[in-house]
Amino acid sequence: MITFLIRRLLFMVVTVVFISMISFVLIELPPGSALDAKLQQFRSRGLNVTSDVVKSLEERYGINDPIYTKYWKWISRAVYGDFGQSFYLDQPVSSLIGSRIWFSIGMSTAALLFAWLVAIPVGVYSATHRNSLPDYLITVMQFLGVAIPEFLLAIVLMFIASWYFGVEVGVLYSKAYRDAPWGVGKLLDLLSHLWLPVVVIGTHSTAWLTRVMRANLLDVMGAQYVQTARSKGLGERVVVWKHAVRNALHPLVMALGATLPALISGEVIVSIVLNLPTTGPLYVQALINKDMYLAITFLLFLSILLVVGNLLADLALAWLDPRVRLE
Amino acid sequence: MATVEAVAASQASASTRIAEDVSQWTLMRWRFARNRLSLFGLVVLVLLYVVAAIAPFLAPYPYNAIDTEYIHTPPTPVRFLNGQLSICPLTQFMRDFQWEYTEDCDRAVPIEFMVKGHPYTIFGVPFETHLFGVTQLPPPRTTPVKKTEAKANDPLAAFMGSSGESTTADATQPPRVFLLGSDIQGRDMLSRILEGSRISLTIGLVGVALSVVLGAILGTASGYLGGLFDDLVQRFIEIIQSMPTLPLWAAIAAALPPTMPVPQRYFLITIILSFVSWTGLARQVRGKVMGYSSLDYIAAARLAGCSHLRIILTHMLPNASSHIIVVSTLAVPSAILGETALSFLGLGMLPPAVSWGVLLRDAQQIQSVLLHPWLLIPALPIIITVTCYQFLGDGLRDAADPYSG
Repeated sequence: MITFLIRRLLFMVVTVVFISMISFVLIELPPGSALDAKLQQFRSRGLNVTSDVVKSLEERYGINDPIYTKYWKWISRAVYGDFGQSFYLDQPVSSLIGSRIWFSIGMSTAALLFAWLVAIPVGVYSATHRNSLPDYLITVMQFLGVAIPEFLLAIVLMFIASWYFGVEVGVLYSKAYRDAPWGVGKLLDLLSHLWLPVVVIGTHSTAWLTRVMRANLLDVMGAQYVQTARSKGLGERVVVWKHAVRNALHPLVMALGATLPALISGEVIVSIVLNLPTTGPLYVQALINKDMYLAITFLLFLSILLVVGNLLADLALAWLDPRVRLE
Repeated sequence: MATVEAVAASQASASTRIAEDVSQWTLMRWRFARNRLSLFGLVVLVLLYVVAAIAPFLAPYPYNAIDTEYIHTPPTPVRFLNGQLSICPLTQFMRDFQWEYTEDCDRAVPIEFMVKGHPYTIFGVPFETHLFGVTQLPPPRTTPVKKTEAKANDPLAAFMGSSGESTTADATQPPRVFLLGSDIQGRDMLSRILEGSRISLTIGLVGVALSVVLGAILGTASGYLGGLFDDLVQRFIEIIQSMPTLPLWAAIAAALPPTMPVPQRYFLITIILSFVSWTGLARQVRGKVMGYSSLDYIAAARLAGCSHLRIILTHMLPNASSHIIVVSTLAVPSAILGETALSFLGLGMLPPAVSWGVLLRDAQQIQSVLLHPWLLIPALPIIITVTCYQFLGDGLRDAADPYSG
């Protein structure tokens, strides 16, 4: 297990290094930089921007350096937690990202938990009541759940929430708590506003995991040890939950690797629609404004989130299934 | 039921003939036809693509025709008056800074079919006929436009420009029929959704087609050659797959200058979509090819002196083809959703181009959707298309291996 862990960790570090390079090249390569926007800002304020000023600014920010020099300058500081400066917002990137990335992690994790909590019982029900009316309904819901884009679901749920229930949407806190100090009341208020985005982010994965769960359980239910369990007179409930479901679960852990990208992408787009202070809105804004260090750091962190998630999934799988460790 | 029995019968007779002369593809067709859901998906998809091909014929108006007298009109109700399908002319009011409309059904005009309208071309052939439209002028107004009582007494009314007075001049052109309502510039949603289907339905397909080419080539090469090349390709795939899809797409798409002409942008977006989706396909093809290369018939081909290229092209790819078709069908929905999400964020297709994602951008503001719920209609074709592709892909996956179960 230890060697497995070390090998996986090493591999993860290498992956992250490559990801940082790819992110850097993808975002840095296209022409135009945030400096152009900045200069525009200066000019509109009536400042006289001479070509000398432009030149010295370009020099200061290393606009004309070759890309590998820029990358090296950035990454050698990034290791110490200095991810550069946001041109557009005039703040260090690390302070902009800090709180938002935790929010994103929290939302994605909550959505994942939601997906598992719903998908396992529903999948089990659907598999044990195969070809019944509820099973057909669940199947149709699965297809729809995968087919509806997250942002659309967000809009529709927001629409329903504010049209029928008069719920305030697109905000994190009710008016009463907006400027209140932290406390139980404020926390509860925050949670009451967060369930909607969590459900929206998790829907896609829920639908998909339910499908995986149903298929796995159907496979397992045909296995001989399930027959044995039945023939020795165990109750159906024990057969299903103790013998079958446990063995049908680990493909679900394997599916985690495929679920995480969907969750993270979903989180980005849903928070844009619902205007949540997570990574999504700031990331797209940074891309549009060519605020490159901010965008690169976001992309890097979202990727690290995914890579770490995958590592955890692998570890969980290795712990669950000893055969994996031998690979 | 009759068809099911017929298929079952052909299946029964088939099982006696299997060993003789029935090809694998025929078996797949039979297996596919048994799955009614995926057959349904296929039929709906074919219909959707036909609709996209003849979109301007079905659309009553040019998709970019602006009309300020019809801003945010709700879907026009179609009524059965004077023995024919008709619509009532609308009168535009400003009330509380919102445009509102009242119907005047005494002056109803009929909807006509196969009418002459704006010219368009389908596959280069010019046409002027449209499926339906309204060409007749309504009769002149007999009664003056009614003022609403409450508004007449409202001191704020005059101030806010909501005196209840019509801004619509007496008709000089036929009233417009907006079956799905109109947008903020008075453009017909139906015409725009029809036009948008052309980009939305094809962009994912072309993107996946590109990734099939890339994935099949790299996957086969990787599985067949093995060694260092295989290692390099596999690591590269792992790195791309460990970046979240949508943020990655967004990062690449943000590099496209916003002023780029539409066809060029369309093409580059297909490339961006395929940049991620080829990896899954390459993986699958590699697995298949590695499986085949240990089989006897490949060894026989090698002993017979076939070149590597010949072995790959005539012995391996045909065997993997059904698999490739299935995997790529299952990849289309996520490519379509990808384009929609990018366009929705303002990073994919941009106006004046029209795609379903671009149309949904107007529904981004919840306040706007609450006032004009019909702005959400473009979501419907997206959901239908993606669901049908899933049905189709599921059926194809079962059919691809006709010898099992």
